[in-house]
Amino acid sequence: MKLTGAQALIKSLEMQGVDVMFGLPGGAILPVYDPIIDSPIRHILVRHEQGAGHMAEGYAHATGRPGVAMVTSGPAATNIVTPLADAYMDSVPIVVITGQVATNLIGSDAFQEADTTGITMSVTKHNWLVTDANDIPNVVAEAFHVATTGRPGPVLIDFPKDVANAEMDWYWPTSVDMPGYKPNTRGHSKMIAAAVKMLFEAAKPVFYVGGGVLNARGSEALAELVEITGIPVVTTLMARGAFPDDHPLCLGMPGMHGNYTAVTAMQKSDLLIALGSRFDDRVTGKLDGFAPGAKVIHVDIDPAELGKLRRPDVPIVGDCRSVIEDIIRAIKADPDAYQQRTDISDWVKTVKQWQEKYPLKYEQPALSGVLKPQYVIEKLRDAVPSDTIVVSGVGQHQMWASQYWKFNYPYTWINSGGLGTMGFAVPAAIGAKVGKPDRTVWAIDGDGCFQMTAQELVTASMERIPIKVALLNNSYLGMVRQWQEMFYGERYSEVYLSPDLPDYVKWAEAMGCASFRVENAEEVGPAIEKANEINDRPVVIEFRTDSSEKVFPMVPAGVTNDNIILGPEGLNGI
Amino acid sequence: MSISYIPGNGSYIDASENAGVIHHHVLSVLVENRAGVLARIAQLFSRRGYNIFSLAVAPTDDSRFSRITIVVDVDSAPLEQITKQLHKLINVIKISELDPADSVECELLVATVNADISSRGHVMELVALFDGKIIDVGVDKLTVLATGEPSKLDDFSELLSSFGIVELQRTGRVALAKLERQSNKLKNTTGRAG
Repeated sequence: MKLTGAQALIKSLEMQGVDVMFGLPGGAILPVYDPIIDSPIRHILVRHEQGAGHMAEGYAHATGRPGVAMVTSGPAATNIVTPLADAYMDSVPIVVITGQVATNLIGSDAFQEADTTGITMSVTKHNWLVTDANDIPNVVAEAFHVATTGRPGPVLIDFPKDVANAEMDWYWPTSVDMPGYKPNTRGHSKMIAAAVKMLFEAAKPVFYVGGGVLNARGSEALAELVEITGIPVVTTLMARGAFPDDHPLCLGMPGMHGNYTAVTAMQKSDLLIALGSRFDDRVTGKLDGFAPGAKVIHVDIDPAELGKLRRPDVPIVGDCRSVIEDIIRAIKADPDAYQQRTDISDWVKTVKQWQEKYPLKYEQPALSGVLKPQYVIEKLRDAVPSDTIVVSGVGQHQMWASQYWKFNYPYTWINSGGLGTMGFAVPAAIGAKVGKPDRTVWAIDGDGCFQMTAQELVTASMERIPIKVALLNNSYLGMVRQWQEMFYGERYSEVYLSPDLPDYVKWAEAMGCASFRVENAEEVGPAIEKANEINDRPVVIEFRTDSSEKVFPMVPAGVTNDNIILGPEGLNGI
Repeated sequence: MSISYIPGNGSYIDASENAGVIHHHVLSVLVENRAGVLARIAQLFSRRGYNIFSLAVAPTDDSRFSRITIVVDVDSAPLEQITKQLHKLINVIKISELDPADSVECELLVATVNADISSRGHVMELVALFDGKIIDVGVDKLTVLATGEPSKLDDFSELLSSFGIVELQRTGRVALAKLERQSNKLKNTTGRAG
């Protein structure tokens, strides 16, 4: 069967089981947009290419399947670099297809030409420039294989216009042949045995759970391992929901804005079992002073993470679920060793005491008084289904959402952790809703973030994707403001945004959304109820919140996690 | 500069005057012979802050693959992290770390030196001593070539410099693992296996 390159590309995507793609056409990708008309794949037309990339990420986060985005060459390709970098940092499987000028024009500074493979080399797991239409099925199969196996990540296929127009004989490869790519998923049995031994010897162990557990679909296995061992769990920003927050052994989020118990349990532990986490600086604080008394078991599918920042005592390369299951098997195989394990009940008791003594706290003054953002998040949390998917941007609202939400199911929390991409929430929420249309999807966004990508609400309205947005408007770039207040002597430089410019309600309505404004605590509950009843279009609730509210606890940059500041009263020391 | 090998820890010390002490390791990297592979490797080194001391690339006998010999500065990052990150590149097939004690290395040097009537004989004598060749002759200059281990070429260039070097170019080293000299059987009996 003869196909054009463009037809072969779309057919290859269909063979991969792609049901939806996010994109925006243009000159170089034009030929590929023609066969889309005849394809069962749903195409969602975005308003900016960055939106397409984040939607693909949201879709991948929510479903576990690779998200697909397609845009044209040049400026479209550079616009999608941010989502690629975001997906690379957070290990999100997305496949991005970019148009490219015809092969005979490459290198000639042709119209809308950019060196897309060169530009994206360091923010993709791999990329391909297709120069022969006969390679298309192979390249697509390889791209999906690389994106979804091993440590997942973004890939890019750069697709010149003449290759799209060329003819090829259709085939579909039964396997991929990549001699340089063979990810190892099974942990080494000797290392598993060493890990079990260390686990039983520890008196103050902590599971340090990262996004790798979610990528490995390892939540159930983790729950079983925690039941067997009774060891407390911290879930990093990327792992919120990997272990249920309402479990008595769940300590919540560690790190710069982690709660006291999660931060201190790690700091005082004698064994950290790092599962798919990577000792990020936002978790460790000053690295040399991080968990100084702890031995480390580090499980990661990416060998380069082991020893990159903290040298593990037991390094295990493997898929988190497979390794956790092997550890459980090894424990069950030796009941005597299990019986003789170190008693950790004092440790668990200590940790519980911390939890009681140092809970997260804020004060919502009288119901008519200034509105606290934490109050909004708690109210929202209690008024929506427990399996609601929460998507956030980056900044104070993100930290409050992670702190105050109760994540009891995996894949209910989607955010930009590693890259910290402002503007992530709205498009990622759209992608999540497209992937999980039966679930409620709330974006919790800040006013700074919202202004970066809000135009995608037009996409949502037009495509009837009824996401809901809780916009916490404190009229500032709040996190930067917080640092200027705390560390730059209250000298506020370029952080004021204005509470009513733009008029968010009018703006949202202009984009086809239902929208209302909430200015005090009394109105919060009714507004959320009203939003819950609207399911035929997106909803934006603008909450006018306290500009001076800061995120606590906080470990300032450059110090160890022993120096945690619990609240504003702790600021006198700095 | 002078580079000397420190027995036991598999690394070189480069004790040139300005550089202080730098540790070098040799990585022999087998890669797929595809467009852009060298860019991927160079970009990885640059992005992660690793330093390349020298680099040589050429196809192997199998046209699907090329071999890149990289001499890395291991003071910039731990060698283990460099090889692990290299391994993550899809086009990288195999990485061997070549311990100078267990590998053969070779480099090529060409140099144009001043050689007028009075000194020409001396230059030719020196070239002969180093098993080199004279590949071009001018009125008062010679272009010479020598191959061999990097330390030999260091000595050669140092001696040439007394005549006045006009231009000098070295290729960077290429290396392969040393061949077994003993049968496995013999090796086991002498207890040197592993």
